Amino acid sequence: MEPLDIDLEEGELELPADPMHLNMGPSHPAMHGTVRIVLELSGETIVKADVQIGYLHRGFEKMSERGTWAQVFPYVDRLNYVSPMLNNVGYALAVEKLCGIAVPERCQWYRMVLGELARISDHLTCDGAMAMELGAFTPFLWFVKAREMVWDILEEETGARLTHSFGRIGGMANPPSRDFKGLCRAALPKILELVEQGEKMLLKNRIFIERLESVGVISGTDAVALGWTGPCLRASGVAYDIRKAHPYLRYDEVDFDVPIGRSGDTLDRFLVRLAEIRQSKRIIEQSLERMADEGPINCDDPRVVLPDKMDVYTTIEATIQHFKLIMEGAKVPKGEVYSYTEGGNGELGYYLVSDGGGTPYRVRIRPPCFQITGGLSKLLESRMLSDIVPTFGSLNMIGGECDH
Amino acid sequence: MGDVNRSLTVTGSEQGFATTRVDALLGWARKYSLFAYPFVTACCGMEFMALTSPRFDLARFGAEAPRFSPRQADLLWVVGTISQRQAPALRRIYEQMMSPKYVLAFGTCASTGGFYDNYTTVPGIDKIIPTDVYIPGCPPRPEAVLDGLMLLQDRIARNERRPGVVKPRVDPLSSVDGLVKLRRSAQDPRELVPELKREEEAAMALAGPVAEAPPGAKR
Amino acid sequence: MSQHVLDKLKARFGTSILETHSDFGDDTAVVEPSQWKAVCQYLREEPALDFDLPVDLCGVDYPTRIPRMEVVMHLYSIAKGHRVRLKARVGDEEMSGAELDSVTSIWPGMNWLEREVWDMSGVRFNGHPDLRRILMYPEFEGHPLQKTYPADRTQPLVPYRTEEEAGLPLGKLEPFGPDEGMPFGRGGLPRVVDHEDD
Repeated sequence: MEPLDIDLEEGELELPADPMHLNMGPSHPAMHGTVRIVLELSGETIVKADVQIGYLHRGFEKMSERGTWAQVFPYVDRLNYVSPMLNNVGYALAVEKLCGIAVPERCQWYRMVLGELARISDHLTCDGAMAMELGAFTPFLWFVKAREMVWDILEEETGARLTHSFGRIGGMANPPSRDFKGLCRAALPKILELVEQGEKMLLKNRIFIERLESVGVISGTDAVALGWTGPCLRASGVAYDIRKAHPYLRYDEVDFDVPIGRSGDTLDRFLVRLAEIRQSKRIIEQSLERMADEGPINCDDPRVVLPDKMDVYTTIEATIQHFKLIMEGAKVPKGEVYSYTEGGNGELGYYLVSDGGGTPYRVRIRPPCFQITGGLSKLLESRMLSDIVPTFGSLNMIGGECDH
Repeated sequence: MGDVNRSLTVTGSEQGFATTRVDALLGWARKYSLFAYPFVTACCGMEFMALTSPRFDLARFGAEAPRFSPRQADLLWVVGTISQRQAPALRRIYEQMMSPKYVLAFGTCASTGGFYDNYTTVPGIDKIIPTDVYIPGCPPRPEAVLDGLMLLQDRIARNERRPGVVKPRVDPLSSVDGLVKLRRSAQDPRELVPELKREEEAAMALAGPVAEAPPGAKR
Repeated sequence: MSQHVLDKLKARFGTSILETHSDFGDDTAVVEPSQWKAVCQYLREEPALDFDLPVDLCGVDYPTRIPRMEVVMHLYSIAKGHRVRLKARVGDEEMSGAELDSVTSIWPGMNWLEREVWDMSGVRFNGHPDLRRILMYPEFEGHPLQKTYPADRTQPLVPYRTEEEAGLPLGKLEPFGPDEGMPFGRGGLPRVVDHEDD
């Protein structure tokens, strides 16, 4: 019998190894909403990641072509459903750009405050969910408690906690409630306090930091070439914020900073969002100072704005105007426009094509997290399986927006 | 669920006292220890997160423990819109669950497809899997969801498999006015329109003294 | 706003820029489809233009016109702060010849956007590394955002349960029948109530 202990050189005896395919399926606790990642693994290391979206495609663009311009507002709400007010305001601004109307000043401040509240809610949800997936359930509950306070204000204003459909072409659906400023001013310090408690718990934790630091790194130029915008881009060091670069509403009249990250890793994306909550608080406080207590919220353009209800009940002209606006839709002038605002995830753009009628010809939404999720496979190359969870969480991929 | 009960019946006899007690015990145990599989897709997921938060505590119903393996879960929360692409995954998850299993359609999109009447949305999960309780709302308030959960618990206790729909707490049609009172209007809308008020007073005068229906009574 | 971008494009490409306009403040250039990639390359590499952020790519269907599908691209330059919109018109009635060159090599972010335009509108991108459907499932036939695709034609992957199997009515209950909804026409193609698709 041959001796078994033959001297073999390193590498001569190679065991066959096939890469393992793992499916992180569409229904998964860490896949916010629904995303499917088909992974090719070699041990714990990811060789290739194929990110498949589209599990929440709801045909928003096709549905918009079937209603009126104002009937798009509920669909738009459900795009980025953690910050629906920002979507409403963005779409309203797009249609107003096409119609060539400007809303009164009080409405601009009002939209800014509601938008920043929605942004706070978005960042709280993203950071809270990220913490929860890494095992820190308590800060998630604290952030959700803070989010409930934001939602209380929004419920008092709009009637709904989540999908308000509060924006209208030419203004908002209702004027601010009597106690709006008091509610905001009372809630903001409590929200910040909860954010600070969460920060204290998370950022001193060695395990949390190590799971996030230097994970999912992307450089500024790569991120720009991928089409990233928003907090994810700013975490990579590129200072592009539409509120500063191309101010809309009254953002050029308030004072706020834009937090920028250094290394473009997951920890930076987490911290940038927390810092943005504080900046949003500053914007809200300044806007509440500047917002008048009285005055019109809707512009008085009869082509797009519904008349006063009392007039509708008592005069024939208002009835006809109401009827035409509801049944046929506001007649938006023919043309096309691309209007962009800073959404929760970045540049939220609407490309509208109008044929002059009351029904939109084409409503295209430019979803910020579509491009961001497109870069996920690049971020995951040669990382480990457990890095997927914080990396994907830090991108804040919202299914409704990504799959529109 | 019926299979389990049958195996406990004493052969040859009808449902006796002992088996009804056992049924009641099983029903009680099942309804207060539901292991949820949150099949979360869309905006309703935000309300689902709010449900687990301290304000609308789901833990007091015993239904907070999420089990992300269908083998270990007995309540499938279908939260949010189910697209055609997602439907096979949902069907697979449902089939992998073991009986007794219950399905909760959370939100209008899961119940009927919502206002996404198009090429890509399943018009309600009952087209794919049998559903026990439908919770309408877009998204439903957490209180409505808890109502739905209590409705489901009731059905589990009574071993009732017919589906149920969560109704609003105050039926707007059952109150005498029939007019929806807006939250922020300080006045009764009828005060604003004097003609309506006059007409109503005239009608009431004609009708004579009539016992007013108690609030909340269904017509 | 960035008229100089359009001027430079016209100076460089001449007749390949079919038309330009700046309605509503957005500078737009309609490009000859064969020059699509060359124009994009120029916009990316010319130092004075430096369009480094690929903002958006979408398709808009004009079925009454030939060529039918208009592919619209938006670009932005972070350093310079200017925007431009490029359009290319491709495809005839049957959508044959609806092809453009892929610009994924210029901006990697266009990878998913081009897949989406292929999926939703049916425009092929030559040279794309991985042109497959992104929002719809692979078994789906047709391109949903074309105007000729009816909005409510479903192609279910899982066959719907029948009422006998379910033991209760699954269709719409009274008083809502299958023709509920706005009876007023909304323009576009007439809506045919086709019960076989339910």
